[in-house]
Amino acid sequence: MPDAVAPRGRWAVVLALVILSAPIIVMYGWLLLASFSGSTTGLVPHGFALENWRFLWTTLPNQANAWVAAANSLTFAVVLAGFELCIGSMAAYALSRMNFPGRGVFLSSTIVLHSFPSVTLLIAIFLILRFLGLYDQLVGVILVKLALDLPLGIWIMKGFYDGVPWDIEAAALTDGYSRIRVWWRVMLPLIKPGLFAFGIFAFLSGWNEFLLPYVLLPSQGSQTLSVLMAGLAGEERFADYGLVTALAVFYILPAVLVFGLTQKYLLQIFSGGVKG
Amino acid sequence: MILALFLAPAVLTILISLTNLSVSTGLSQYQWVGLANYGQMTRSPWLVLVLRNTVIYVVGTLVFFNVGMALVLALLTVHVSTQAAGVFRILWMLPRITPSVVYALMWRWFAAQPPYGTLNQLLGLVGIPGHNWMNAHPWGFVITLNGFVGASFGMLIFSSAISAIPRDQYLAAQVDGASAWQQIRRITLPWLRWPVLFVTAYQTLSLLTSFEYILLTTNGGPGFFVTEVWSLYAFHLALSNYFGNTQFGLGAAFAAVLVVLGVAASLTYLRVFRFGELVGPPRIEVN
Repeated sequence: MPDAVAPRGRWAVVLALVILSAPIIVMYGWLLLASFSGSTTGLVPHGFALENWRFLWTTLPNQANAWVAAANSLTFAVVLAGFELCIGSMAAYALSRMNFPGRGVFLSSTIVLHSFPSVTLLIAIFLILRFLGLYDQLVGVILVKLALDLPLGIWIMKGFYDGVPWDIEAAALTDGYSRIRVWWRVMLPLIKPGLFAFGIFAFLSGWNEFLLPYVLLPSQGSQTLSVLMAGLAGEERFADYGLVTALAVFYILPAVLVFGLTQKYLLQIFSGGVKG
Repeated sequence: MILALFLAPAVLTILISLTNLSVSTGLSQYQWVGLANYGQMTRSPWLVLVLRNTVIYVVGTLVFFNVGMALVLALLTVHVSTQAAGVFRILWMLPRITPSVVYALMWRWFAAQPPYGTLNQLLGLVGIPGHNWMNAHPWGFVITLNGFVGASFGMLIFSSAISAIPRDQYLAAQVDGASAWQQIRRITLPWLRWPVLFVTAYQTLSLLTSFEYILLTTNGGPGFFVTEVWSLYAFHLALSNYFGNTQFGLGAAFAAVLVVLGVAASLTYLRVFRFGELVGPPRIEVN
């Protein structure tokens, strides 16, 4: 396929890609620039302003502390990823390798459940958490997000197990390994790359989550970075652009770093090609 | 527990939609009203407007970006070197991994009125007069904003599908003197029929229920209900009403329609994409 276009044509292709991607390049470049500038008009910065980053050493008036919010986001994302991997990898193994009544129903229903995301359920979730006393608590939001993300997670991880040849497992079983030991000693190491990619994916999904914490975690002590960000930017007329852009860079930097360092694995999971 | 947290809300959404639960009734004094909320929904003067907006939003984003742009990007990236293709794929993944709050803000600033907006500054260079693009062209803005996130999904699926096409077909076509465009038109596109169908089906559902980016930018505006889509309307009715008296019951009725649509659509996909084979029992089993 690559030889379909002559070498000279390739530059035209690259140029077309650059033009199509220009908004992305410009927007992210501007964000970084604006976070260190007193003010900007378009791409022209005016003055260097380190005080945009003052949220790092002081708490902003009437807002949650940025580090507390970051800690909340981090806890949320790490716990979420941990539980998803833990529960998902076990459930997926059982669904991939064992035959039990209700298996087909369970698999079809998880994919059906996945098709209505948090939004449609938000009203009911709000009332349930109020009822359980978990409203405005990080634990509650983690449970909700876990429930919403797990179905797809189990499907993806089932795909990893399906890709492992049965012979390997059969050999271990004939050698007298128990089912649990096979899972732990033979299967898990084989699908480690896939699990790793999935864990990163779950972490990013948690780190970026906005709607659930926005609706379910209103108080300042439990705010996540996304809610703090929305609050700061919401006071539109008075918004301090320098401050908001600096906080935005602070917020997306971990996500971009994690993604940049692991993108090889992540792109595989997105194209559905992870075989472990 | 986990399944309960998922199933319970789904069932509860439908139950709430049968009550007149709202802030003024509180959690204890609600009444069962049967299908009254659904009646009110169909009589709502805004129903047609909201429905029309939803169609514009879903079809527009799908055609121009989630499938259209994704296809263009996939076709272009297979014609450059592997490294360059990798760079562009990562670039297009950025919006997807950027927190929605930040991403929405970046677009608002990008499209802001002169002299602040970057877009106006760049267009000014070629002499196009500037204005606040979000308010002047709300639909173009909303669709582009969503599309830049959505395009990467199709892009990755289409590129891996393209790389799976047998190379002999292209070689044969080249021997016969087919141009690059003819090769795309006669070989690549026919091979991509299933991936395109899959992306369309999958993304229609995601778009129907996603309103986060609209909430964070136009919030249904500018002006009255210009970009208010179905899911956003349900959200506004139930959880974020201008008058403070949020109507859980009516909002849930709107949400329930999406739930039913979602279930119906995914059951269809299960059939069309032969999920039956995927959920079939394992071939060899020792217990």
